[in-house]
Amino acid sequence: MVESLRLLRGWMGPVLLGLVAGGAVVAWAGADALWGLVGFALLALLVRRFLSFEPKAARASTPAPPADPLAGLPPLARLLLERLPLPVMLLDGNVRVLLTNGDMQMALGPALERKHLSAVLRNPAVLDAVETALITGEAGNVPFSIAGLVERHYEAYTARIDEGLVALVLHDITAIRRSEQMRADFVANASHELRTPLAAVSGFIDTLRGHARDDEAARDRFLGIMAAEAARMRRLIDDLLSLTRIELNEHVPPLGRVELESVVRQAAAALAPLAAQDGITVSIESAALPEILGDHDELVQLFQNLIHNAIKYGRSGGQVAVTLGREDGPNANVFAAVKDDGEGIPREALPRLTERFYRVDVKRSRERGGTGLGLAIVKHILSRHQGRLSIDSKVGEGSTFTVFLPTLAAPDVEEILQKPPESHPVTEVL
Amino acid sequence: MNDHTVKSFDEQLQALSAAVAQMGGLAEAQLAAAIDAIARRDSSAAESAVAGDARIDALQQEIEERALRLLALRQPMAVDLRDTMAAIKIANELERIGDLAKNIAKRALVLNREPPIRLTQSLGRMGKAAQNQLKQVLDAFSSRDAEEAESVWQRDGEIDEIYNSLFRELLTYMMEDPRTIGLCTHLLFVAKNIERSGDHCTNIAEVVYHMVKAGHLTAARPKADITSETSVPYENPAA
Repeated sequence: MVESLRLLRGWMGPVLLGLVAGGAVVAWAGADALWGLVGFALLALLVRRFLSFEPKAARASTPAPPADPLAGLPPLARLLLERLPLPVMLLDGNVRVLLTNGDMQMALGPALERKHLSAVLRNPAVLDAVETALITGEAGNVPFSIAGLVERHYEAYTARIDEGLVALVLHDITAIRRSEQMRADFVANASHELRTPLAAVSGFIDTLRGHARDDEAARDRFLGIMAAEAARMRRLIDDLLSLTRIELNEHVPPLGRVELESVVRQAAAALAPLAAQDGITVSIESAALPEILGDHDELVQLFQNLIHNAIKYGRSGGQVAVTLGREDGPNANVFAAVKDDGEGIPREALPRLTERFYRVDVKRSRERGGTGLGLAIVKHILSRHQGRLSIDSKVGEGSTFTVFLPTLAAPDVEEILQKPPESHPVTEVL
Repeated sequence: MNDHTVKSFDEQLQALSAAVAQMGGLAEAQLAAAIDAIARRDSSAAESAVAGDARIDALQQEIEERALRLLALRQPMAVDLRDTMAAIKIANELERIGDLAKNIAKRALVLNREPPIRLTQSLGRMGKAAQNQLKQVLDAFSSRDAEEAESVWQRDGEIDEIYNSLFRELLTYMMEDPRTIGLCTHLLFVAKNIERSGDHCTNIAEVVYHMVKAGHLTAARPKADITSETSVPYENPAA
């Protein structure tokens, strides 16, 4: 029914009309008028083609170009907008993007113009603020966050510039937020994790002051344990500090040029004495790889952590094999796989390995001097480098930790290196 | 998008997808508040998530009405028809995500009255993974990017894996100390709700893929949630 109605509204309607009218003529004037019938039908089609029955506004014709609200904007103002070291956006009365500057495109992505604000910045509070500014002219200031691998925090300022014209300016407060959060996390983690070794040390001090005062054998043993606990506390603090430092910088892309192979060799060399202690041999196999953008020291630490883990949890007298290579394809990632022949990791533990203080086997980790932070550090370094970690493990056969790092086409590298460094200075939090 | 001879039709379609994006923003904010409520023990975030659900529901109705009007008056074809249908479907999924977030927030209000438990950190991490999926799939919708939608669809397994692991750990917790059963049950539901929101994101990914490519993501999705077959044997801690 609906279908036939649609047809009726389309070309069928006029034709039928023509036929009916033609039929009436035939009935009135006789068979000779058969030609008249065909003529009427054709006429009706022509009428349909050239005379639209739709309302004028919706008629098929080239629409007049809309008045450009930016027509009055002098070129100097445009230049000023572009050069402002702040993300700026102008929006029209329909909350559509009119103009953005380079910083805004860095923050939200390219090709923002003509899109509705909700398509480029999906935050309800910001949308509300823009609408309020449009309607009442009231300026606004709302904080918001953009989720992602590295969460970013902004403050959005809105102001009505003219009738149906609103400016939206963002202020990146990611660095401030992160450092606040890091401080809180550091205190919470440090106090929680340091409590156990500290309790052990003070317990032994009490014992040594008390009934073990004159027992030489016990004193030696206790001092040994206290030294080990103190060393554990130091490792914990070292790891927490470097984790904090890395997290603080996580949203700032690294700018150095790094040769992956030399990084891996440096990391392995530092761990050679440890490997020798356990009779483990570390082998490195590499293909010719392009340079990558990265922070040299952080990448050395990343591979030190991975190779150290492989030595710690590998079979004593076993093998640790590091293989470097490149995936297939034009913009393929480079990868480095660290393989051990230890006990392997149960499947249900895999997704949580990079969680802070998560340990597959708490006792074993403590024995081997683990802090529970090594892989968390790896994860954060990788997320700064836009890389990823994949873990393959079979219980009884060993584990392979593979790091993928993006390579950049040569022009990109040049472009990024020419950019002035980020304006957020790295400060030590503690 | 192609230009239509009837300009207001274009505007209506664009307004429809803007409304969907806006609803997506609300769902994102809702989920973020709920996850914060759990991970940071932030009860005021929980309250805002509970209160925010009504707005999502209202917007879903509005989107449905707009889409119906468009279907009735414009009889869209091909890509326009798929766009309109996608708006209805995505609004539906987003409404479900909003509900799940509201439920998580309600449980957070209960959990925050109890002493802190370390596992909420792991839940926070799982929640971040779900937030990420939602962000990416909504980005894919806004930029009409079928590849990005497909990668969201592929990645759902990661959330499932975390869920499996948390599920086992929570069962073990409860066995070790029956006093934690109340708390852990809430956490179990929170984990389930996060996992479900991840599933809704993959549904949206399927819709976005179909909207752009007119084909279906048919290959078997990497499903990794095995909790329905998981059991942890009871070991008497007193023994």
